[in-house]
Amino acid sequence: MSPMSKIVRTITKFVYSIIIIFGFYIIVHGHLTPGGGFQGGAVTASAFALLLVSYGSLASKKFVKKDFLSFLESSGLTLFIALAFLGLGTTFFYNLLANSGGWFGNVSSVGINPGDMNTGGVVPLMNMAVGLEVLSGLGVILLVMAGAMEFTKKKENL
Amino acid sequence: MKTKKIIFGIAFLLFFSLILVSAFQMRPFGEPVLSEMDDYFIANAQQETGTNNVVTSIVFDYRGFDTLGEATVLFTAICAIIALFRGVSK
Repeated sequence: MSPMSKIVRTITKFVYSIIIIFGFYIIVHGHLTPGGGFQGGAVTASAFALLLVSYGSLASKKFVKKDFLSFLESSGLTLFIALAFLGLGTTFFYNLLANSGGWFGNVSSVGINPGDMNTGGVVPLMNMAVGLEVLSGLGVILLVMAGAMEFTKKKENL
Repeated sequence: MKTKKIIFGIAFLLFFSLILVSAFQMRPFGEPVLSEMDDYFIANAQQETGTNNVVTSIVFDYRGFDTLGEATVLFTAICAIIALFRGVSK
């Protein structure tokens, strides 16, 4: 793909980091505010899509490499299943850490309240695992399809 | 050709009228027939899982198996896409 005009590229340079931060905010606050792993991961992947459309390729961004994102995707799903197995003493998917006092273990107050970050037990950790999987998976799809498009264009011009 | 169109028209009218009848017989919004489960979630989800967001507590705690299936579906789809474009993208 050819890069878009200079106006679009300049705006993208300012905006894409803010979109990534907003996506991570949705992932991390999944147990307090609307949203969660799937939604925040999709928002973060949309920043990758914006970069891809405006610059024409993701080669200039060193942190979005296909192999690295593929590794992140697999590790996200593995972490999710491992957290599910963590509660196997009682049942599969038992919330072991909730109300235990340790990691994410504070007791949440009942009713309408502003919310405490350190509550929720296993739920925020699972949100992070699923968010990692979704953002890297959608990033991998973008990278692979963009590479295939380059290949097709090169072959048509021969 | 013409009889086919007539049969199709009659079937469409029948189907559409049935949909209209059932739409006017629907229960009013916010009054489900069975509400024990909803009441349980609203009353106990905050105490049991410690999450303010009750929807997330259902998705990741009470019905975690469903989310595991969703994540696996996404993973499989991405694996299929990588396998499909394996030869053409470096």
